[in-house]
Amino acid sequence: MGTIQIDRTIDARGMACPGPLMNLIGAIRQGQVGQVFEVLSSDEGSRTDIPAWVAKAKHELVEVRQDDGYAHFIVRKAR
Amino acid sequence: MSNDVLILGGGVGGTIVANLVAKEVGDHARITVVDTTGVHVYQPGFLYVAVGQDDPEALKRDERSLLRREVKLVVDRATFVNTTTQKVVLTSGRAMRYDELLLATGSRTVLDEVPGGAGAHEFYTLEGAVRLHRALQEFQGGTIVIGVAGIPYKCPPAPVEFAFLLDDYLRARHIREDAQIKLLSPLNRAFTIEATSKVVQPILAERGIELTGFFNVESVDPFARTVASLEGETVEYDLLVLVPPHRGQKVIEDSALGDERGWVPVDKNTLKHTRFANIWAIGDATNIPISKSGSVAHYEASVAAAEIAATVKGEPEPSHLYDGKVTCFLETGQGQATTIQFDYDHPPVSPSPARRWHWAKALFNRAYWHTVPQGRL
Repeated sequence: MGTIQIDRTIDARGMACPGPLMNLIGAIRQGQVGQVFEVLSSDEGSRTDIPAWVAKAKHELVEVRQDDGYAHFIVRKAR
Repeated sequence: MSNDVLILGGGVGGTIVANLVAKEVGDHARITVVDTTGVHVYQPGFLYVAVGQDDPEALKRDERSLLRREVKLVVDRATFVNTTTQKVVLTSGRAMRYDELLLATGSRTVLDEVPGGAGAHEFYTLEGAVRLHRALQEFQGGTIVIGVAGIPYKCPPAPVEFAFLLDDYLRARHIREDAQIKLLSPLNRAFTIEATSKVVQPILAERGIELTGFFNVESVDPFARTVASLEGETVEYDLLVLVPPHRGQKVIEDSALGDERGWVPVDKNTLKHTRFANIWAIGDATNIPISKSGSVAHYEASVAAAEIAATVKGEPEPSHLYDGKVTCFLETGQGQATTIQFDYDHPPVSPSPARRWHWAKALFNRAYWHTVPQGRL
């Protein structure tokens, strides 16, 4: 998935739940429609929290990818 | 020696550090606290003022009376920190030199960042809590909506506590059945911490407090009396209480000492500025992803004080680091409360609500003045 242009990466590794999601919400609040945000989270709770919020807020979950001890969540601000 | 230790902010953190450093270093340093008002305000009391359980005047003390004699207090506003000359400029035009600087400047609330939200009620300032109390006294029925307009905000349990205390207040006035209480939560649960949510959610249901999850307040239409979320939902209200967006103080932003919201980047263990070896920050002012609360400032203060004292005395840095400790009480109404305790390595735990936690909180609120600012607790 090297073709996705990431506009901003939020490194929330080591942050406890719900820090990673809250940082994403903050970034989306200030961002522009169409921008792509990447959240790096080592918190297990993010696996459910982030996709659930993205669905509720009607943004686009582009990709979830597991890495060494953390996951990448790539989200496009859709509206 | 002629070390100048300068502390910006006479809140809980700044006051403890000033007193502890003064005690530790004796005449090795001149210690000065710069505070905007010279009045120390106990912010955890605002919640009780809003529901008529506390007197606003009882939450204030002269900052001078809380500082050791050898600590100098300057009542003025810091407007700019020049890290090259190591001087802080004050509104009066005076400039103060520092060798060690502590930023204990707290946070500020910016309700006008919410489109249409400037007229909403809040209990994050003493004036706001007094105004909200007046509005509640006039309230005869309708929908009271409690929402969160930005994260991070001070005292994460506060909106939930307010919902419970509001329920008590309306019951005591015998108008509970004429009122609806709606709590809008930024997450898909009542509270940021899952373990605490599990304790609190059944009580919310039992008290008839309606919980809406994933509702991050984005804007208010004060004419239509509706509040809209970032997630695209709208809720009607008769009385709106918002947790305002917070940001760091203007002096931090104007001096480029913080991030885009004015939070000071520090090492989460040493509390030292990531770019300056002689600047520390504690309490709400930092960017540490942990509760903004008096409890955090209180625990961080002893760490920052020990480091500053060691620097003044030319001793090696102490091994005592901030471990992320947080202790909070959470009122669940009807004379009961629970607690929340955690640190960087231990997830939060909350016991079942009990009367003893409510009394412990009430006792702490009174004992505060004689123990915490002096660094005795």
